[in-house]
Amino acid sequence: MELFINQVLAGIATGAIYACMALAVVMIYQAIDHLNFAQGEMAMFSTFIAWQLMQWGVPYWWAFLITLVFSFAGGIVIERMLFKPLAKAPVLTNVAGFIALFAIVNSVAGLTWDFTIKPFPTPFGSSPFLGSQLISTHQAGMIGVTVGLLILLYLFFQFTRIGLAMRAAAALPESARLVGINTSWMIALGWGMASAIGAIAGILIAPVVFLEPNMMGGVLIYGFAAAVLGGLTSPLGAVVGGFLVGVFENLAGTYIPGVGNELKLPIALALIITVLVLKPAGLFGRPIVKRV
Amino acid sequence: MTAMLNIKDLRAYYGQVQALHGLEFGLNEGSLTTLLGANGAGKTTTLRAICNMVRSTGSIEFDGASLTGRSTENIVRLGIAHVPQGRGTFTTMTVEENLQLGAITRKDRAGVTSDIERMYDHFPVLKERHTQQAGTLSGGEQQMLAVARALMLRPRLMLLDEPSFGLAPLIVRDLFKILGKINREDKVTILVVEQNAQLALELADKAYVIETGRIVMSGSAAEIANNEDVRKSYLGY
Repeated sequence: MELFINQVLAGIATGAIYACMALAVVMIYQAIDHLNFAQGEMAMFSTFIAWQLMQWGVPYWWAFLITLVFSFAGGIVIERMLFKPLAKAPVLTNVAGFIALFAIVNSVAGLTWDFTIKPFPTPFGSSPFLGSQLISTHQAGMIGVTVGLLILLYLFFQFTRIGLAMRAAAALPESARLVGINTSWMIALGWGMASAIGAIAGILIAPVVFLEPNMMGGVLIYGFAAAVLGGLTSPLGAVVGGFLVGVFENLAGTYIPGVGNELKLPIALALIITVLVLKPAGLFGRPIVKRV
Repeated sequence: MTAMLNIKDLRAYYGQVQALHGLEFGLNEGSLTTLLGANGAGKTTTLRAICNMVRSTGSIEFDGASLTGRSTENIVRLGIAHVPQGRGTFTTMTVEENLQLGAITRKDRAGVTSDIERMYDHFPVLKERHTQQAGTLSGGEQQMLAVARALMLRPRLMLLDEPSFGLAPLIVRDLFKILGKINREDKVTILVVEQNAQLALELADKAYVIETGRIVMSGSAAEIANNEDVRKSYLGY
């Protein structure tokens, strides 16, 4: 029983990170109808920025904040320079754009900081949380920071004018323009926020997976699985999906014989395919009906 | 008297297809004008061209300032509210959020709050349903909501694209009554595009008839309504 609770809690902790990545993916998908394959690489790059700042002696939480601001601005710059010009281009052109972005960010990170694995600090420590062997303080910190972030995002989208405008721009761009919303900048803002959310995910997971240019590859696949499971049209679904995938991954690795650590990733892929076949809109998503 | 909205030699294109062929007309401040014509005559395109939602050439002036080259959202911010065909309701949001979106460019929070109350006076059904998702409203209620959302901008000019579409005749009469009231009491200049010519002519004080992208007839609503030839050839009743 203790093993079971332990695995569920650990699953919730990594699930928090998947939830963040899934949320970042869904925010951009809602705004521009494309999956950002480079979301993980952007998060990885942000994490390197935080690491570099700490190498220069900046305290952890300052490095954290500066990285968020940098990532937010970086997301906006990427949207303005690369994806705004592609807004009316065919799907494949956009896919090529994302793959290019993936490759460029990955290589630049490798060139700047090389590919050796680096340890990344945690401000929470890694002792048992509240004296319990079930969960470490860092895992508790991951959950705490993510939950706090999710509450802030909820309040932002539900109760601020700009949050309302962003939701309107994503839901019905033409109607949004007709009430005077600059939808183009709302998309850019969405990119900035998604990039900053990814940065938080990267910084929180780095102490677990260690810092290197390919650290977010697996994480992003789980994030995609979470987004698909919850429904690509539903931010709430993405978050719930993230936690579910995290728990499912851990339990499958523990209890299904032969899965272990090596076969965890195929489980995420199997999950994506199963959901797409059985319930393409996901648990919380709306089926997309396009008028032609 | 110079017109509030002045349109000259307006040509609009969908890809290679030209939909408007040198349209000219004007709207006087405080007027309630209707633009009539058959399906495909270019009525919707005219409204979309005013808000720069379709590629067009020619000159469109609002209060003497050219609208050419302005983005849709900047044109709206000048005080031109556009209720599009199909109403453009934000169906996944609540009725109240739809109204707030109508006023999203306004900075006077107190004014917005009191305007929402004013809309609930105009349209009591919206007050009853203010926490409901707008997509759950009936067609007539959604049209009321679309008009209310447009009014939340405190527009000087309101463009309506076939507000009667898909509504029961009684509801259309109610809606047109409200439009007349808004025009008289709130001094909003209104341009309404309609296929339901009979009703629109009862409401409007001036009318234009459009055919294949050109204005072919203009006059007071009464003149147009009483002209047997116009009625038979263009309005079909």
